[in-house]
Amino acid sequence: MEIKAIGCEPLQLKMMHVKDGHTLKVYEDHGGYKSLKKAMNMSSDDIINEVKASALRGRGGAGFPTGMKWSFVPRDSPKPKYIVCNADESEPGTFKDRYLLERDPHALIEGMLIGAFALGVETCYIYYRGEYNYLIDIMDKAIEEARAANLVGRNILGTDFSCEIYTHTGAGAYICGEETALLSSLEGFRGHPRMKPPFPAIEGVYACPTVVNNVETLTSVPQIIEMGGIAWRDLGTEKSGGTKLWSVSGHVKKPGVYELPMGYSDMEKFIMEDCGGMLRDDKKLKAVIPGGSSVYIMNADQIIGKNVTLDYEGLVEGGSMVGSGGFIVMDETVDVVDSTKNLTEFYRHESCGWCTPCREGTDWLVKIFNRVADGGGRPEDAQLLLDICDNIEGKSFCPLGDAAAWPIQSAVKRFPEDFKKHLFQNTGI
Amino acid sequence: MASVATDYTNQVVYTDEVADFSPEIVEEMRAHLVKYPADRKRSALIPLLFVVQRERGYIDNEGVNFLAKFLDLEVTDVWETATFYSMFNMRPVGKYHIQVCKTLSCRILGEPEITGHICDRLGIKPGETTEDGLFTVTRVECLGSCGTAPMMQIGFDYHEDLTIEKVDRLLDTLKAGK
Ligand SMILES: Cc1cc2nc3c(=O)[nH]c(=O)nc-3n(C[C@H](O)[C@H](O)[C@H](O)COP(=O)(O)O)c2cc1C
Ligand code: SF4
Ligand code: FES
Repeated sequence: MEIKAIGCEPLQLKMMHVKDGHTLKVYEDHGGYKSLKKAMNMSSDDIINEVKASALRGRGGAGFPTGMKWSFVPRDSPKPKYIVCNADESEPGTFKDRYLLERDPHALIEGMLIGAFALGVETCYIYYRGEYNYLIDIMDKAIEEARAANLVGRNILGTDFSCEIYTHTGAGAYICGEETALLSSLEGFRGHPRMKPPFPAIEGVYACPTVVNNVETLTSVPQIIEMGGIAWRDLGTEKSGGTKLWSVSGHVKKPGVYELPMGYSDMEKFIMEDCGGMLRDDKKLKAVIPGGSSVYIMNADQIIGKNVTLDYEGLVEGGSMVGSGGFIVMDETVDVVDSTKNLTEFYRHESCGWCTPCREGTDWLVKIFNRVADGGGRPEDAQLLLDICDNIEGKSFCPLGDAAAWPIQSAVKRFPEDFKKHLFQNTGI
Repeated sequence: MASVATDYTNQVVYTDEVADFSPEIVEEMRAHLVKYPADRKRSALIPLLFVVQRERGYIDNEGVNFLAKFLDLEVTDVWETATFYSMFNMRPVGKYHIQVCKTLSCRILGEPEITGHICDRLGIKPGETTEDGLFTVTRVECLGSCGTAPMMQIGFDYHEDLTIEKVDRLLDTLKAGK
């Protein structure tokens, strides 16, 4: 598996191939914690303004501007405030945070501390998906190292800034990546999402102001403070600042984690050259899901020769979304009915059961896919699938419902031949 | 006297016996509590359920009763949370819990063959445990390792870039180690 930057100097991936890069000493040898020291001589407003200027958008999937999110946290709250790092990483096709957490834990600690200093936060939690157990050990050691160096805990670097960082584990539930479900889970409850508003910035964990940010969002912060917001933004485009990590899996020769400047051109070159092209030379590209499973699937005609740029705007124009940046590449051997069934099984399994459209809808979708797979497809099934999606999308309590509908809606539209093959097989057409 | 409820086959379905943990384990549990505000002990529930599962093999009635007492919760609160999360086993599993990722990237790179091979060798179907209690096979959703698909987790250990030969070597080692 490849881990490398293309079209830019490695920033996010700076420590990936450095021996013992996860240790405090090596991290500091490479300039680590300089940004924290710099930030601690800045005002809260100046730090938040740098993050705003950087055009950093949340890397968890929703792409919300980070500086703006931070500015929603009330300044003079009588309640304690929290930063919660979302390390739940469970979106199919996404595995970038895992390598940051494994090889560069201090960058996350530093990013959280800068945020904590700016927002007056004294307690941070890192919420890991339960399966990432080995990464918690790595982080606990890093936090202890940082504490011994007076970078975490009481009176950091001899100032009156104090901040604790704790790791916390989930236990196998994709929905706990949704920020409000994550907070329910952190409080020891079932991972059901909560009504928004109030947004977590006002009422998050323990009903206190809380910033929830993705791992990669927070590890970008030290770079922004070091370079300055504008300089960081200019690595990418005006609306999509900086560089971003993409996880690539499926039928390519070189799957991996790639760091690209935002606005990278273009998607075809990325797959066909940077990722080594198709796994088997005699098989053609058929489909790509570019943003983790919860975005529209694209067919080869939407990619080849279309100059789709890799940033928030470019991928929307191209017919999909950045999402979590998880590319799943499929060659012509893949039956898109089968791949869509596979993802629908995922959403049925992960539906938290709180609201009826998603709980019942995903169950019916899987039932239909199972019948089709068993050879019982009917021509009207395509419309039936779309009708059920219609009753889920926009009518569910949280975005997981939409995420279950989008792969099906786009697959039926963009791969009609695959559906026809299954649905018309009994009609002789 | 403990109060015990049984079903029509005389299976115990509920007991109010409380599990007994060694002082070291209780200390380990207590160490989790420092992370959360004193009036928010419930936050430690998921981490502590993992301790119970490790010590008792699965989430059992006596272990749940212990956590309810330890965290000042109702027994039903503990069950409510425990049953939501797929990593908590409500029944005993084999010494080695093989969890093969079945999601898309793994599927298109050979998961069905890998699962089929493991099940053939062990003589069980997904969801079952071998008679000697060594292996349980479960098909699970994406484990964040799609770049090294197909893959599986045994306990908490990642095994990536799987091939049939690699799986065979692994199973041989685990069997020999029993
Ligand atoms: C069903 C669902 C699953 C999600 N999973 C994750 C996840 O695994 N990791 C993550 O960082 N964000 C995930 N998110 C997005 C979070 O709700 C939230 O937007 C994000 O953590 C905010 O951080 P950011 O602004 O830094 O991206 C998920 C959202 C939904 C609706
Ligand atoms: S949409 Fe699905 S995951 Fe979200 S609250 Fe409803 S049932 Fe739960
Ligand atoms: S699809 Fe198998 S690890 Fe992600």
